[in-house]
Formats: sequence, structure tokens, C-alpha cells
Amino acid sequence: MSPEPLFAASLAELARELGAKRVSSVELTRGALARIEALDPSLNAFVTVDPERALAEARTADARIAAGSAGPLTGIPVAHKDVLMTAGLRTTCGSRMLENFVAPYSAFVVERLAAAGMVLVGKTNMDEFAMGSSSETSHFGPVKNPWDLAYVPGGSSGGSAAAVAARIVPAATGTDTGGSIRQPAALTGACGLKPTYGLCSRYGLVAFASSLDHPGPFARSASDCALLLNAMAGHDARDSTSVAREPEDYARLLAEARGARPLSGVRIGLPREYFGAGVDAEVAAAIDAAVAELRRLGAATVELGLPAVKHSVPVYYVIAPAEASSNLSRFDGVRYGHRAASYADLADMYRKTRAEGFGAEVKRRILVGTYVLSHGYYDAYYLKAQQVRRLIADDFVRAFGQCDLVLGPVAPTAAFELGTKTSDPVQMYLNDIFTIAANLTGIPALSIPCGFTRGGLPIGLHLQADHFDEARLLDVAHRYQQATDWHTRMPEIAQRSRA
Amino acid sequence: MALSADDVRRIAQLARIEITAAEGAEVQSKLERIFELINEMRAVDTTGIVPMSHAQEVSLPLREDRVSEPDRHELFQSLAPAVHDGLYLVPKVIE
Repeated sequence: MSPEPLFAASLAELARELGAKRVSSVELTRGALARIEALDPSLNAFVTVDPERALAEARTADARIAAGSAGPLTGIPVAHKDVLMTAGLRTTCGSRMLENFVAPYSAFVVERLAAAGMVLVGKTNMDEFAMGSSSETSHFGPVKNPWDLAYVPGGSSGGSAAAVAARIVPAATGTDTGGSIRQPAALTGACGLKPTYGLCSRYGLVAFASSLDHPGPFARSASDCALLLNAMAGHDARDSTSVAREPEDYARLLAEARGARPLSGVRIGLPREYFGAGVDAEVAAAIDAAVAELRRLGAATVELGLPAVKHSVPVYYVIAPAEASSNLSRFDGVRYGHRAASYADLADMYRKTRAEGFGAEVKRRILVGTYVLSHGYYDAYYLKAQQVRRLIADDFVRAFGQCDLVLGPVAPTAAFELGTKTSDPVQMYLNDIFTIAANLTGIPALSIPCGFTRGGLPIGLHLQADHFDEARLLDVAHRYQQATDWHTRMPEIAQRSRA
Repeated sequence: MALSADDVRRIAQLARIEITAAEGAEVQSKLERIFELINEMRAVDTTGIVPMSHAQEVSLPLREDRVSEPDRHELFQSLAPAVHDGLYLVPKVIE
């Protein structure tokens, strides 16, 4: 049987088909590779594709299925964001600096999904070193939004989001430092989860801002995200911030039978700051409709305030560049990566290597970080930002005393046209005004589709929960998706390729 | 706060990034925009607020003092632009 009809299937459906031998992993993998070949010239979602490696992994998965030792993800194709190390496969971070860098080992989450039997079909394009909100700063060219190729897919994990939204792969990984999973999920109509800080090890995630970086899954539904998180979460001694907790089944609440009002007893917080000026009218209307739907499903709503959240963007643009300036100092042309061809001496080699290897946005952030950490400025910027970070975290502690989840838009607008925000970095930064707080505080947060603009671009609903409350977060998203069909809508490009 | 051309030169030197004379003005104006955004935060009253350096109250774990990694220097050095006899090569710094 041809795998083509399954290109829009859920992970659970794929596992069922694989288990019943109605389709093989090799067939699914060939299908994903064929869709890359057909669609990626338009989308530019992939940096590296290795069909031979993918098909070898698929054959191993098929053997495992035949032997009866398959798990729920065995044999299913996946794509990894190109900031996650994949042993033996090029890992570029979207940068000239690492254009020819073949990772010597794999990231923890890559290892975990490989151990679960997922088949790696390729590495996805992204903003350089995950610094951006539009996937336009990649050395390998911008990613396009599958809903309209003239629009950005969001970023920095824009390639993963576009690949999932265009039904090239049913699942992908991303990383989220200020919204880099959730904002591209929102702008492409995919689902994206940023788990609690420490739940998924950062080992092998090329560091941008270590106190804010989170790996997480992209998929077409909350229930698929739950299955991926089950495989990705876990303690890892190689990341000193990895949390040791009892393993949980993040899908455990999803199957509970609860009748017509499955969200009875759930209190959803509506912060005034997420519903005011600055939110596009079409986005606001879609969010209001989602609130009404959640009320119909039994949820209670609570109005509340998060007064310090308005400082998230400035706080982030001190802390993230400060950490980046330190983390990216490793790229010096000595141990790996680009080295300038001509230079006068060692200091000149460093300066020229870094000038050539990094793009403009990465350099700007390193310079900002260097400045705020430099002698005489530390207290005024870095220490101050850490104090305001505490005020923002305190807002959420108070909020979760009154409610179980905090709801709002993921981004102030739907996708914007390519090239419209690249000349003003601050306009680009303000895209992340609603997502950054979850990175500063470490709480879990996800984006699920909740409507479209009149122009046909997806709108994302942002749900945030208290630390380690992923199971409830995913359950509420799942109940919403049981009652609505936004997450099943496909861009025209995904259907056109169905030859 | 206005960021001077001297400030830009100083931080570029600290960050080991070459900025040419032609790039200088553009870099300076973009950084000024970013610091306008950042400076909004400086007006917040944070008297007595304990700085938050991390999303969680983590204490760094200790591990047993024994070798846990195999020697993979050949693999790692195969990624380097220039190596010789197991050493990374850089331009001469001592005459």
C-alpha cells in the first residue's frame, strides 16, 4: 500500500498502521523523503537530508516492529532542528560558522527519540544560532510559511514548524529560548510545546542562553506532543540543570471519559495584559472565541493581572545576549567551525573568524551581551534584569494561586511578510512579548491553532501552566482539539503534493 | 544613554569581532535602538528584590570522582581547522 494517504495521520494512527503491518517504516520514510523533494524547494525548511541514513534507520525500525519490540513511536519519521547535535550528521545551527560541522555525538533528546525507534529524515532550517523570530537570519536562506510563501513561518524553529505544518513529517523537535517553538507553531498552524525547564536535557543542544534554552516537540496535535514528550523527558547527568523526577505518562489524562464538560473544575486565568492594546483585532477575536469554547467545555475563567510581564522583552534582551556572549565565545576558529583564511596574528584570527562566521543579528547580540557584562555596567543591566526576572516570576506564582492555566495569544499578530521586520531588530523582538515570560520563569507553555485571519494565516492560542504541570496543559489543549478542527486544517501546498 | 562609536569599538574588541569602519555606524545605530528598548527596564523599582539567575532553584549536583568519558580526542580533533600531534594549531604568539 502507498504511504501517501497517511501523510496527515496522527502518531497513534501511524503506530497502529505500522503495528498491523499495513505500512512499513521504509514506506513512511520514502513518503517523507518524497515530500521533502516535492515541497522543500518552495519552503527551504531543511538544511540537510540524508536519505540513506534515514532508510537504514527505517529498516532497523521495521525489524524491531517485526520482532514485536516496537514502542509507540517506532518507525515514525522525525526531523530535528539543526541546533540539536546528531552524531555523524552535519549540524549547522543555521550558521556559516558551522557550515561543515559534523556532530561528534547526539543531543539527549535526539538519542531518546532514536532509542524510541523514530527515523531521522533531516535537519531543519532555523534562525542563526536560534536568534530570531522569523527564520530569516539563517545562512542557508529564509524558511517560507506553507500557508503563504511570501510570509515568514516565525522562528527560530521555523523549519521544524513548516515541515510539520506542510505534512512533510508528523513530528519534529525544536528549541525555545524566548518563544522559538511556540511562535513558529502559531504562525504555521502547528502545535508546539515548551516543557518545564529541566524536564528535557539540554545535552547536545548548541547553547544560546543556557538558563532559557528548552528543547521540545512539534506535532499536529496536543496528544501527539504528549507522546513525543514521553520519549523526550528524563533525567540526564550530563546536563547539570536536568531534573530528576519519576517518569510520567503525559498522555494519561487524555483518554479519561468525562462527558460533555470535560474541563469542569479547570480554572483558566485571563491576564488583562494579554487582552489589551497591541494585539491585532483578528488575533484577539480568535482568542476570545477559544475562551468561549473552553467555557463551553466546562472551564471556569478568572481575570487576573501580570503587571511585571510588560518588562519581559527588555529583561530578555539583557539576559539572553549576556549568556549568548559567553556561550558563543567558544567559536574562535581553533577547535571546530570556520576559521578565517588570512589574518595577521592570533587576535586578528579570532576577530576575522568571528566577523566572517557570524551573521549580523548574532554579532549584535554578542555585542549587547558583552556590553551589559562589561566592567561598570553589570549592576545596571545584568543584575537589574535578574531582579525584574524575579518580579515576573512572582507574578506567575500569584497567578497560579488563582488559576490552573494562563491563556492568551502566542504572538500579537499572525505571520508577517518576508523582509518586513529585518531592518529593525526591535520590531522583530516585540513578536515575543507574550512568550518570553515562560522562558524567564521556566514554566511549561504550548501553542495550538485556534483560527485564521481573513487572509488565511493561522492564529495560535497560548496556554501556560505551573512548573511540571504538562499533563494538565496537554489535556486542556487536547479537549479543545476534540471540540474544534483548527489543528486538522492543512495548507494548500500540503494537499497539492498529494500526487 | 547614547552609545558612542568608542563604546562600539571597545565592546567589539572585548567580543573579538572585527567591525570595519564601513559597518561601524550601522552597528552603532542598531545597538542604540536595542538599548532604548532595554533601558525601559531600568526604571523598575527593584529595591530589596533578590536577583533570579535561574528558572529553578537548582543546586549543582556532584558526581563521583571517576573517569566517565572515553578518550575521543581523535574524533573531536578531526573537526578542528588545524591540528598536529594531538595539539590544536594557532598562529604563533611567542617569538
